[in-house]
Amino acid sequence: MKIPAKLTDFMVDRLGLDEIFAFAKKKTVPVHKHTFWYYWGGITLFAFIIQVLTGVLLLIYYRPGPDAYESVRQITYDIHFGWLIRSTHNWAANIFLLSAFIHMFSVYFMKAYRQPREFGWWSGVLLLIVGLVFGFSGYLLPMDDLSYFATKIGLEIPNSIPVIGPTIANLFRGGVEVTEYTVQRFFALHAVILPLVFLPLLMFHLYLVQKHGMAVPEAEEEVPVEKRKTMPFFPNFMAKDLAMWLITLNVIAILAALFPWQLGPQADALKPAPAGIHPEWYFMAQFQIMKVMGNVVRGFAGEALGMTLFTLGILLWFIVPLFDMNKQSGRRAKIATYFGLLALGVVLIFTIWGYAAVA
Amino acid sequence: MASFRREASNAPRGANRTMNEEINQPHSEPLDEENEGFTRRGFVKVAIGGVCAAYGVAVGYPIYRYLNSPVEKAEAAAAVKEVNLKDADKLPKGTALVFKFGTHPSLLIHHDDDTWVALDAVCTHLGCTVQYNPQQKQIVCACHGGVYDAKTGENISGPPPKPLTKYVVNVQAGSVTVSRSA
Repeated sequence: MKIPAKLTDFMVDRLGLDEIFAFAKKKTVPVHKHTFWYYWGGITLFAFIIQVLTGVLLLIYYRPGPDAYESVRQITYDIHFGWLIRSTHNWAANIFLLSAFIHMFSVYFMKAYRQPREFGWWSGVLLLIVGLVFGFSGYLLPMDDLSYFATKIGLEIPNSIPVIGPTIANLFRGGVEVTEYTVQRFFALHAVILPLVFLPLLMFHLYLVQKHGMAVPEAEEEVPVEKRKTMPFFPNFMAKDLAMWLITLNVIAILAALFPWQLGPQADALKPAPAGIHPEWYFMAQFQIMKVMGNVVRGFAGEALGMTLFTLGILLWFIVPLFDMNKQSGRRAKIATYFGLLALGVVLIFTIWGYAAVA
Repeated sequence: MASFRREASNAPRGANRTMNEEINQPHSEPLDEENEGFTRRGFVKVAIGGVCAAYGVAVGYPIYRYLNSPVEKAEAAAAVKEVNLKDADKLPKGTALVFKFGTHPSLLIHHDDDTWVALDAVCTHLGCTVQYNPQQKQIVCACHGGVYDAKTGENISGPPPKPLTKYVVNVQAGSVTVSRSA
């Protein structure tokens, strides 16, 4: 398949592709013992691309509002391969968040948020928050019993904000209870509003990666620049990136086919919550912290305290580039590392604890 | 088993000993495109292309079937051979009843002379739904003024190029059965 030179010349000239080619030629990726962690941002991106494609496919048959459950039942049981598309959307969502967490912690411990990459860090944290809201809003859409109670419980969190909390929760719910109005607006959020917020942030995030290139971990910083190993981005690193994408695709395909996502009984406000109900793993730590706080401090104050602590933690996480700014950070670098280990520890311990509590 | 042959390269001889007699050929010999064995590079290219095609099919086929599901349902519905209309035998003379034959709207007409006619109600011109006009005893199409004979389905005037498809009608006590004439 040879593309005629005339056509390539036309495209290169009119679209200014030569600048992009020159950039691709020049771009290198550092090679050291932590190079493996450079793949996780790309894996997260790939999972997001799968979400867009499968999401659009689901949108073809999904009917928000009073018909929501029935339409998901049709997708799962009537439409050819509907179960596969739905299952893929669910599993890729989990892979997306998992790889985003891995990506975030690896960036954190490599201290890749330091000058000049602060905006990369900030846009990344915002992307993760939007990603979690994606997960929360998408969870309601099938309107089975789990969706219903997860949303009911989840909306207690904004509800516990002093003064304005109930108003916010009611606006999310479109009423004082979770109803078909809730599904309709969650769908608007999930399929229109969040993508509109996510995509510009993502473009910004990816632009910054190209602008500043890959950060190297502290140990590598000590190696003189001329002694550092690199590999060309194109085609070497890109080929490896694509290999990772292929592995990710295979993992998602295997999970989706062997563990198809189930559909519970239809949401019913008059039925008790199913036994052993617990949030998805990415909300487990928050859920467990709230539960523990509620036991330490009885009643409403406990929830408010849990919320406050959590918000404070996220805020500290967000502003870490302003605290540990550059290679000369010394003592601050150490503190940041300990804070990261603490955060990782808290997340892991409370997640495991949460699962142990519902088992 | 096809024989592999190394492309000319400056790799040390014997770095890739293959089980063929070409091993003794000098490496400087220019590669002829027509050689019967194929090169390692060629093989890898074909293999990668094949794997990509396989993935394309593995991803594309479920998506095609997923999107095509309602089409398959509609085609199955359209393939019906006959429809039983309950209580249609009580249709008064000089009136018509609209019913669905598969996916198509259709007309059952009980004429004044006690004959029964069933016709496809989709205009052969541009697919509008036609109607029975009891005053003129004709089938007319509101979209472009097409007119059909109410007994034969023949296109009488206006733009319709073909007659309406006629069905076979069987009247029993309590119901009317309409079936394809073929």
